[in-house]
Amino acid sequence: MSLTEETRAPAVLPDAEAFSLIDAGGAAVPEKQRRGYDLPDIDVLKELYRRMVIARRWDTQVTALTRQGRLSTYPSARGQEASEIGTVAAMQDTDWLFPTYRDSIAVWSRGVPTAELLSGFRGDWHCGWDPNEHRTAPQATPLATQTLHAVGFATAAKLKNDPIATVAFIGDGATSEGDAHEGFNFAGVWQAPTVFVIQNNQYAISVPIAKQTRARMLADRAVGYGIPGYHVDGNDAAAVYTIVSEALERARSGGGPTIIECLTYRMEPHTNSDDPSRYRDAEDVAAWKDKDPIDRLEKYLTAQDAIDDALREEIAKESEDAAAAMRDAMNAEPALDPMELFEHVYNAPRPALLEQRNALKAELDEISDGGRVN
Amino acid sequence: MAKTTETAADPGVTQPAKAAKPLTMAAALNTAMRDALTEDSNVVIFGEDVGPLGGVFRITDGLTRDFGEDRVWDSPLAESGIIGTAIGMAMYGLRPIVEMQFDAFSYPAFEQIVSHVAKMRNRTRGRVSLPIVIRIPTSGGIGGVEHHSDSSEAYWTHTPGLTVVTPSNPADAYSMLREAIASDDPVIFLEPKSHYWMKEGTPQSGPALPMNKAAVVREGTDVTLLSYGPTVAVALKTAKLAEDEDLSVEVIDLRSLSPFDDETVGASVRKTSRAAVIHEAAQFGGYGAEVAARVTEREFYHLAAPILRITGADIPFPAPLLEKHYLPTPERILNALSTWEWEV
Repeated sequence: MSLTEETRAPAVLPDAEAFSLIDAGGAAVPEKQRRGYDLPDIDVLKELYRRMVIARRWDTQVTALTRQGRLSTYPSARGQEASEIGTVAAMQDTDWLFPTYRDSIAVWSRGVPTAELLSGFRGDWHCGWDPNEHRTAPQATPLATQTLHAVGFATAAKLKNDPIATVAFIGDGATSEGDAHEGFNFAGVWQAPTVFVIQNNQYAISVPIAKQTRARMLADRAVGYGIPGYHVDGNDAAAVYTIVSEALERARSGGGPTIIECLTYRMEPHTNSDDPSRYRDAEDVAAWKDKDPIDRLEKYLTAQDAIDDALREEIAKESEDAAAAMRDAMNAEPALDPMELFEHVYNAPRPALLEQRNALKAELDEISDGGRVN
Repeated sequence: MAKTTETAADPGVTQPAKAAKPLTMAAALNTAMRDALTEDSNVVIFGEDVGPLGGVFRITDGLTRDFGEDRVWDSPLAESGIIGTAIGMAMYGLRPIVEMQFDAFSYPAFEQIVSHVAKMRNRTRGRVSLPIVIRIPTSGGIGGVEHHSDSSEAYWTHTPGLTVVTPSNPADAYSMLREAIASDDPVIFLEPKSHYWMKEGTPQSGPALPMNKAAVVREGTDVTLLSYGPTVAVALKTAKLAEDEDLSVEVIDLRSLSPFDDETVGASVRKTSRAAVIHEAAQFGGYGAEVAARVTEREFYHLAAPILRITGADIPFPAPLLEKHYLPTPERILNALSTWEWEV
């Protein structure tokens, strides 16, 4: 097998209008505007709704605890639940997710336990979970770097004939980074089974999308790489789930990568230390609140008689349980072992590092013996 | 999923099967990769021009032909992309060997190397190792134009999580590259490009010195020259010239820049009580500063004189016609040694 195909990809621009299946008011988009797609099964929509509601409650609780000082920082994904959960719900267990710091609810949705997930934001270790166990890479902070990891991983799977796809989340601001270009291009050339989900939440901290690109939309990037591109209503979980599922299926069956731009909005500040009033209007936020991903799906499911009060109560209870479990996990003191600082730097032990470890040990022993305290 | 912890080679047995005739360093490196590709199906090689061309220095000559394009292939021309995708491949279980075409061309990959390659094992609490070998043709001496002659070792040795090694002869090139490929830690493998065609020090049968050990390549009693990569040959020439001055020079080839072999260096310095470190890179904040500080801290009471650094000047690497004035020479080293007060 060769990674490189000589055939050139046709140049097809994505549709300018964001693809949607359920509109902001909660109504199904008329069939003739669905571009041949059906809505996902009602059970899928109910599951998306369930996960989004719990994720938002969980996210809200993390933000609250961060304000109380239990975590050192937390970048909330409030408002982006459809893009985050819709994407993860479309993945198979054997697929791998390459998330960013914004994507904690996606990582949560992959099944990573709360205490492990929030290890980095609480500050007890950079990445608290086992990536191999959850098929979820550490959350990347250096922007767009993880796109290349996702492409390399997917290419390795392709070389080994394993039907595995990878998903790389990336934000609108990060598309300006060189690694975004290199990630898209390597994926195109090697036909890597990678789906890039660009969550265009309109702001890179304070800088609006208009200052990142003059292009009509980010999905247009795809044509330059010979990759299919999609422009999707990122607050419509049904649309996100549908397009990501199709892209993942195509990737797993040898059809190569896809770039999907999900149009969404970051309702919260960048992190708890940000002040959005300095760069965006309250009206802007209010307008996006009207497009809320959970509200619209709830309206749709209610109109379909697919949810009743019993289910709402059940989900509300699950949400409170998730929030309580998270609160308990964050209120428990983390087990910190300063000696562990030296354990994972190298596989091969280094005598000089052992010297530094022993020096710290001696320092700590002296303090605990009541000696000099700094 | 094919998650493997299988290693490519037993580091204890690291000489090529057929070393009957002298090998150049280029051929030794090629043989090392060829043997690793043969022994471990998870070893892959990619980078700029490493496929049918065999690399601009021909180090991967014939490997695509013999192992196919899904083992050895040309990547797009983007160094960050090469390292970034190697990270993903290593996470999957492959053992990628990648080539940065020239030393200064590795800088676009700086973030991927420093923020990810070096840190992945630590940030995942030891759960994800990255067995990647990053081959970098390094240093000057070939009349290269701008950006083709840098010595970048201090950037890498300053980064915890990286292993940085550099061979100075064909035998080490073979055994150290085999060991680097077999290592579960990421290795920056600096190849002195001025030595690619040297045949001295061809691989011999028998076990090789582990790659993390320094080698005493010439014994002496009066002074220890600490050299590595391209400056080992310069140090050996210096030692020869010094004989005329009745100066007995011990030459150490550090081989491993990180980790540093305190034991071998310390033993030598305790014997000679004088040391100088020689490298091509600029002096200020260079690798020699670490060596001097480290050896001084540990061996101060055995030292008869301050440790000297004979290095490139603190200027950007010169244009080809001027590089001879920049590179450390035996004469410059001997002059520096003569500045010490010898009658103590």
